[in-house]
Amino acid sequence: MSTEGSVGTDANVDERIQQRSTLKRLLIRPELGSICGAILVFVFFLLVARDSGMFSSEGTLNWTIVSAQFAIIAVGACLLMIAGEFDLSVGSMIGFSGIVIALMSVTWGFPMWVAIITAFIVALSIGWLNGYIVVKTGLPSFIVTLAFLYILRGLTIFLSIATTNKTIIGGIKEKAEGDWLASLFGGKIFTGLFSWLGEQGWISVFKGGSRAGEPIVDGIPMLIVWAIGLIIFGHLLLTRTRFGNWIYAAGGEPQAAAYVGVPVNRVKILMFMFTAFCATVFATCQVIEFGSAAADRGLLKEFEAIISVVIGGALLTGGYGSVIGAALGALIFGVVQQGLFFANVESSLFRVFLGTILLLAVILNTYIRRMITGER
Amino acid sequence: MSAPILEMVDIEKHFGSVIALAGVSVSVNAGECHCLLGDNGAGKSTFIKTLSGVHQPTHGEIRVDGQKVNFSSARAAIDAGIATVYQDLAMIPLMSVSRNFWMGREPQKKMGFLKWMDFDHANAVTLEEMAKMGINLREADQAVGTLSGGERQTVAIARAVYFGARVLILDEPTSALGVRQTANVLSTINRVRNNGIGVVFITHNVRHAMAVGDRFTVLNRGKTLGTAVRGEVTVEELQDLMAGGQEMVELEGSLGGTV
Repeated sequence: MSTEGSVGTDANVDERIQQRSTLKRLLIRPELGSICGAILVFVFFLLVARDSGMFSSEGTLNWTIVSAQFAIIAVGACLLMIAGEFDLSVGSMIGFSGIVIALMSVTWGFPMWVAIITAFIVALSIGWLNGYIVVKTGLPSFIVTLAFLYILRGLTIFLSIATTNKTIIGGIKEKAEGDWLASLFGGKIFTGLFSWLGEQGWISVFKGGSRAGEPIVDGIPMLIVWAIGLIIFGHLLLTRTRFGNWIYAAGGEPQAAAYVGVPVNRVKILMFMFTAFCATVFATCQVIEFGSAAADRGLLKEFEAIISVVIGGALLTGGYGSVIGAALGALIFGVVQQGLFFANVESSLFRVFLGTILLLAVILNTYIRRMITGER
Repeated sequence: MSAPILEMVDIEKHFGSVIALAGVSVSVNAGECHCLLGDNGAGKSTFIKTLSGVHQPTHGEIRVDGQKVNFSSARAAIDAGIATVYQDLAMIPLMSVSRNFWMGREPQKKMGFLKWMDFDHANAVTLEEMAKMGINLREADQAVGTLSGGERQTVAIARAVYFGARVLILDEPTSALGVRQTANVLSTINRVRNNGIGVVFITHNVRHAMAVGDRFTVLNRGKTLGTAVRGEVTVEELQDLMAGGQEMVELEGSLGGTV
């Protein structure tokens, strides 16, 4: 009889575990694809565009800023997608928040910090409304947020034309000057460190002009600080907290989660609000950097955010994904977009690349999902 | 004998003009497995949802330890010690066993002013509780999707027991399972019952019910047709009651007693 031991439950479980090779075990890490992708992209551009200045201090800053922009909205989109929903109104929200800030500060003369706080409150309310409609009606978030894509874009254009007769509102730089809250979005940190690096001759400095001797890259823009902060926050929230477990659960199987007492609706609404928050961080940094708000800002950003998240290994169906992966997806996105520019490649090819990598990522993710759940 | 842990007296549930339950009386004692047998459409789902607080009964009383209670939500029923394990919706396949086990009640530890999920504790308890149920996981963070259907049911049962369930309501736990997995789940039910927990085992498979049941109640067309004690009733009698008597006899005749 003892030879039949393999029939028992214990042996059954062990068999299953042994079937999975170390490679497969690694493969089911959601970040794996994007780690490989990021390495490939860097190797490629190190070979192709090394002499173009892409990896000098100012070149690095250039693609880091672009990647950070993608990362800020990708973190929100990532957590929302893991919670089982989409937000297609991210791009319109960026334009809308920017116009709110400009109208409040420049047109109506409120202090900058009031304008920024108002924009955040308005954005969070719209995020809440998006989420509330989705959970109350049970409609797909795709449709609800598509509606808001149009509503917000239309309102943005209408508001700026109705009040100022223009779709671009300038003069924000002057208003932001010396404002305590604006410096959180538009300033730079480590300026001392960078001028020291310049003095040491480790990074390039201006050779002439009024700023001779000062480093070309004189600090880390707050945009990058926000990106890193949001990535760390999102990652810790998702993987290390009780609420993170609820995010996975809400996207994985909302009914099962609700049966054991997870407040699924509240989690989903909060994630819609967080996505709106990220969009407004993006918008605030952008208007302060450009010194103006324009009604057409943020066009297509929702798709770029979703693509970053998918490249990062998240499943479109929810319940699975990684903030680190999404951040790497944003990095790939930024490096390739700017790298093609440095390498003097026709920029329209970027979209070809994007479509291809998106397709590959989705196919890989579907395969991984089958491996985890054992579906056929 | 003391009052049953859970008692349902003449429960009715109407949805508008539809009468889903038309008088259901079931009770379960500590350490007892009470099988509720019913064919499709007999009202089993409505019964479970009423018992687990998802629906409120139109008439009738639910008593816990002899005291009348009103479950306003699923949470209220769970807090009263009544845990329901649903057939398909017990587990989230993409999440780890440990994350599933603690879902909704994640242990936390404080570090500074922040609260983090305590994974060391969560994983250790999960492995220990699963081992008690006869499933040895190598690691608590493997995805539930890698477990078989029977093992998933067992994780759900272990979770309910660990969190202090006094009554377990099992919704067709064996209906989607193969022979060996069914045997595993039935032995889990037996183990849980021997620990003094009351089990309401809902099924349409009389043979599975007979394997572990102490008492048997048949639900037909939204009504309970009386309760039989183990040994007083045969498989054939229960099957007849479930199917509504006469037709089943005829069917069984034509099929040569294979049903």
